Amino acid sequence: MRFQGGVHPNYHKETAGLAVETLPLMARYAVPLAQHLGAPGTPIVAKGQRVAKGEPLATPAGFVSVPVHAPTSGTVKAIKDWPHPLGRNLPAIEIEADGEDRLWEGLAPLGDWRRLEPAALRDALKNAGLVGMGGATFPTHVKLSPPAEKPIDTFILNGAECEPYLTSDHRVMLEQAAAVMEGVGLMARVLGVKRVVVGVEANKPDALAALRAGCPADVAAEFVLLEAKYPQGSEKHMIYALTGRSVPTGGLPMDVGCLVQNVGTAVAAWAAVQAGTPLIERVTTVTGEGIARPANLRVRVGTLLADVIAHCGGLRPQVAKVIFGGPMMGLGQFSLEVPVIKGTSGILCLPAERLSQFLADPCIRCGACVEACPMGLVPSAMGVLAERNRFADLADYRVGDCIECGSCAYVCPSFRPLVQLFRRGKAELKVLQSKRGAA
Amino acid sequence: MLVATTVLAGLGLISGLGLGWAARFFAVETDPRREALLDLLPGANCGGCGYAGCSDFAGAVVKDKAALDGCPVGGAATAQAVAGVMGQTVELKERRVALVHCQGGSDLAPRRFLYNGMASCASATQLGGGDKLCVQGCLGLGDCQEVCSFGAIEMLASGIARVIPERCTACGNCVAACPKGIIELVPESARIHVLCGNTDKGPQARKACQVACIGCKKCEKAAAGGIAVTDWLARVDYALAPVDETLIDQCPNGSIRIVELGPTRH
Repeated sequence: MRFQGGVHPNYHKETAGLAVETLPLMARYAVPLAQHLGAPGTPIVAKGQRVAKGEPLATPAGFVSVPVHAPTSGTVKAIKDWPHPLGRNLPAIEIEADGEDRLWEGLAPLGDWRRLEPAALRDALKNAGLVGMGGATFPTHVKLSPPAEKPIDTFILNGAECEPYLTSDHRVMLEQAAAVMEGVGLMARVLGVKRVVVGVEANKPDALAALRAGCPADVAAEFVLLEAKYPQGSEKHMIYALTGRSVPTGGLPMDVGCLVQNVGTAVAAWAAVQAGTPLIERVTTVTGEGIARPANLRVRVGTLLADVIAHCGGLRPQVAKVIFGGPMMGLGQFSLEVPVIKGTSGILCLPAERLSQFLADPCIRCGACVEACPMGLVPSAMGVLAERNRFADLADYRVGDCIECGSCAYVCPSFRPLVQLFRRGKAELKVLQSKRGAA
Repeated sequence: MLVATTVLAGLGLISGLGLGWAARFFAVETDPRREALLDLLPGANCGGCGYAGCSDFAGAVVKDKAALDGCPVGGAATAQAVAGVMGQTVELKERRVALVHCQGGSDLAPRRFLYNGMASCASATQLGGGDKLCVQGCLGLGDCQEVCSFGAIEMLASGIARVIPERCTACGNCVAACPKGIIELVPESARIHVLCGNTDKGPQARKACQVACIGCKKCEKAAAGGIAVTDWLARVDYALAPVDETLIDQCPNGSIRIVELGPTRH
């Protein structure tokens, strides 16, 4: 099925043909305590302590929280505020590598997931620090623990990778198809679902074929080629495209019996159970006209952006902006000291001519954004309300449904920073509603 | 012609009598003092008193729900006039003035990135706290200026908001609008102020701004009361504000300044 709205940006998937290469060991790493949605972890190592590769550095603080692990063996140099991809300094654990890359003895390989109970699998995923690697970084074990009144009947593997420029998921599907499908089978077992659907955008037929070929005989999955349209990889749109079910306003995929996971998460889930390896590395795409040698890289979590860029031949002089993620939803970075985190799907280096300068010119009511919005909202009216600080009225326009995909801002001829306005609106609305709740 | 005139005159008479009766029958009892108070109040409807405009405030005063000196805009003169109407006396409080606790303009406080979004401090703050290296510093996008009904806030060329003390009425709208929380209402007689809101540790604060308070406590020791360092930031306790002006020479970073806000106490 086709979802309404959406846009067709130029895909720029130039790196799709580049095989994944592994970034060599670096001299130092910075592992942020907050790499997921939810409470940041609590450090369990002290300054000066020696740690081994894969050793936990912080324990989860609460249910919606996961641990973080050492990317290599070495010494804890400091626990301090460090530039974070979210745009400010946040606590991180700095590791000085000893070059031995010695594996932690405490790793517990569980072997074949087929012989394990769902609860044991779920615990293994939590201990491995697994989060959604598509970018939202929601803890995987929480997603895999639906409440009893909302049973899940369909597991969806998200291989859309609809963000322009990014090809990391594409390469993982091609090169690690068997591991992806093992991970899918594993997570389907945790949930006890019978129906498994794999969705890949039409511009990657080779990836879908690879997954089909790599699928183990005991994992029954449907393989579907989806229209190449942004934001096909959005959870809600993927569910609609594959099952025809619409997630209600303010609801979650579990409300319609679905659960969506990214391909990178599937591989990490399989590795976490089979080999006991925690989530300490991921595949990320380094691309854009501003980098000398674009690549798909296997990068350890905590690698500094400057080290990644140096490995790729450095920045070209015309570079104006470095983004973590894709050009539609990614976050601009303020320092080359920021580390790669679990949700870093791409590192995009763009020259000035590729950047749109927001002007915040008045809305001309052309309606282009209304046609582009995949959630069926009215961004033009919402933008004006947010601009005039009429946040209470935004609730009537369902601003909470906005998935911040940026389709509206992409098509706006007035270059209005619509997503920024809605983010502000959502935050102010939350404050208003909590005040009303307290009163 | 005659018929038309008679009919219209008759209709007018009937409607007039009807309206006159309705005015007596449905008359709403109003306290005459409320009208008198409304004449005395500034009429800015700024909401600084916490009520929905001057009329609402006057109604609340008449019902003894609002304080006689509840109008911050009118100040002492209005408070006394209000007390006069109500037949009560009021103890006069000192006039207060808003003060921006930041002087780190673009020449003194470096920026981390180029901000290209909505010209609003609250929006910029959502992006990792804004483009300034100092997370508490004035962003200079003018949210305070926009909510000020009295034109009492100007944006300096260096990108810092400044309150014009003569125009400030202490309504408090700017205090609420500032996402950094660095605007405070202070007594107008106070002369010594810490013009910084940075709570970073010393070395970080120094990096963030050349005129940042580094929390060295020199002022605290010299003043012996009236100024105290908490969270690496010196704060003046305006209840017992220090008067020794040599205090500002103690500050190694020039964060403590003398600012004339109104007539001085001594």
